[in-house]
Amino acid sequence: MSKVTMQLETLSCPTCIKKIEGALSKTEGVKSAKLMFNASKAKVEYDSDKVTSEGLKSIIEKLGYEVLKVKEA
Amino acid sequence: MIKFIFRHENKITLISFVLIVVGLVLRFSDMTNLGNNSLILATILAMFPIGIKAYQAIRMKLFSIEMLVSIAVIGALFIGEYVEASVVTFLFLFGSYLEARTLERTRSSIKELTEMAPQEANLILEDGSRELIDVDDVDIGNRIAVLPGGMISVDGKVLKGDAEVNEAAISGESVLISKTPGDQVFSGTILDSGYLEIEAEKVGDDTTFSKIIELVEEAQDTKSNAERFLDRFAQYYTPGVLVLSILVWIITRDLHLSITFLVIACPGALVIGAPVSNVAAIGNGAKNGSLIKGGEIIEKLSKVDTLVFDKTGTLTKGRPEVTDFKVYSGDETELLGLIGKLETASEHHLGRAIVEYAEKRTDLNLYKMKDASGVKGRGINGNINDLNIIAGNRNMMLENNIVIPSDVEAYVVEREKNGNTVIFASVNSEIRAVISIADKIRDDAKDALEMMRDKGIKHIVMLTGDNHHTAQAVAQELNIDEVHAELLPEDKVRHVKRLKDEGRIISMAGDGINDAPAIATADVGLAMGKGGTDISMETADVVLMADKLNQYAHAFSLSKAAIRNMKQNIIIALVTVVLLLVGVLMGGVNLAIGMFAHEASVLIVILNAMRLIKFRP
Repeated sequence: MSKVTMQLETLSCPTCIKKIEGALSKTEGVKSAKLMFNASKAKVEYDSDKVTSEGLKSIIEKLGYEVLKVKEA
Repeated sequence: MIKFIFRHENKITLISFVLIVVGLVLRFSDMTNLGNNSLILATILAMFPIGIKAYQAIRMKLFSIEMLVSIAVIGALFIGEYVEASVVTFLFLFGSYLEARTLERTRSSIKELTEMAPQEANLILEDGSRELIDVDDVDIGNRIAVLPGGMISVDGKVLKGDAEVNEAAISGESVLISKTPGDQVFSGTILDSGYLEIEAEKVGDDTTFSKIIELVEEAQDTKSNAERFLDRFAQYYTPGVLVLSILVWIITRDLHLSITFLVIACPGALVIGAPVSNVAAIGNGAKNGSLIKGGEIIEKLSKVDTLVFDKTGTLTKGRPEVTDFKVYSGDETELLGLIGKLETASEHHLGRAIVEYAEKRTDLNLYKMKDASGVKGRGINGNINDLNIIAGNRNMMLENNIVIPSDVEAYVVEREKNGNTVIFASVNSEIRAVISIADKIRDDAKDALEMMRDKGIKHIVMLTGDNHHTAQAVAQELNIDEVHAELLPEDKVRHVKRLKDEGRIISMAGDGINDAPAIATADVGLAMGKGGTDISMETADVVLMADKLNQYAHAFSLSKAAIRNMKQNIIIALVTVVLLLVGVLMGGVNLAIGMFAHEASVLIVILNAMRLIKFRP
């Protein structure tokens, strides 16, 4: 199980959180996705055989949010 | 495409504003058709970002405010209310823009924290030369040089040098601390003057500073019960509003009324009211050295009426110090030198306290020790400067047949009553001095406790493993209501449980591993986090970064202020909705006014929460 923390652009609407969280958790291979509203960060636990951090990044970007930094733990 | 629209949301807002003004002017100049076209264009343009967000939310099966607004606007266009449709979309976008800007301010304290994180490090290479590298590239074991004004980039040990360091980033206390070889230094702290070479022990995300940031970030997103309730409420409220507005339409057959209802009933201020107060409060706490882990803790802390303290290391400094050095005959400095020198052979912590005291006042190298031997549980004797010196407790004196005069005995009993441990010192079998040693009460303890009493604490309890004498003395000095001494860790848990059963809301503060079970049992657990050991920082609900009790008092008053602030916000939100509803039913509040009031209430709520950023008790 891999873990990644992504710094997003400043999030200002609480519904964005649910949107991004929903999209991430529905992705195959994602075990858990947690959005931190105030820190504007996404923490994702995923199976690196099924999905890459690049792929997770593009999901968020497709929703229209910028990903500033990707940090794999 | 979506990204393009979101990125240019502000420009879209501005253009739609211009189009609205143009449209209104045209309509006033009797060019109604042209004016309407301009208004419709403004509406469509502004609907892009709103509509996309609404659509994305629906795809995730979520009801969003954007959806309510979209339906209302489409309805307004349908019945030909172009002015209202365009003004509503504009106000919604403009409102979101202002919200984002002000929200940023409430989060500013954390942002300041993260911006204080070190970026680069001065690596010392094998050949002694230096290279500036990115802080992410530093490895454990690397040698790092730190120059005046520079930031220490890792947690580590000082190898070389001597410097004054400002540890405000870690402790919240802006005081200079002197660092010499062997001392611990922390990432994020700033070297004020001097020079240091350090060995990296913790780097990157493992440093205390990174951990603090992570804890604060997580704390700000940990929801309180009130927030969770409001979230759930909003989940049903939003679709509920939709259903109600359809009902309004079915009953009145007035589409205008029903879409107005839709807009004014948006739950904006209600949903954002509680979280902004918490975010601002947690940010304030972090800046002032008390880390509060989330909205729920704020809520609980504000309700606390009973404080429970561990003594050693929490109410006291946790390090014995000489409180008095009474000389009966002879020269004080010489006696200090003789006894101090003798105690350098002692491994007992009381002996160390005497050495520390003596070293500050005289040069122990001037004294010569021939021999010294410790007696367990008694004291130490030896030969210094060819004089026979004995230092120890009453038994030590008795066993060496040294007579304790009655005036000395009276003085000693009095010192003991005051919580001191007393050491007799004799030179050639005659008592010459009496040394009182005590674990001193923290300088800010009395003020902090008094302040918390003023703020509503009804009962203060001290639980300690120490003896009754010492416990009583500390309790008396600090006006503590209830004292239990000579306790084991499980006894402390038992007392906390008993107090809880009495119906009190308990906050327990302690410093060591032995307090951990009691801290976990209490409603709110506080840990002294100086230097930030991982365990204390992770298990406690509140961490006092600089071990200052006034940071405790600060956190307590802050929690009360935050809860007050949150209540104000909820009232503001509810009153706005009620007033608007009445306004709609009485007539006079249309779509645009409703939207304006709605956005205004959201802003007022955020501005109200921002007062907490500057909060000082």
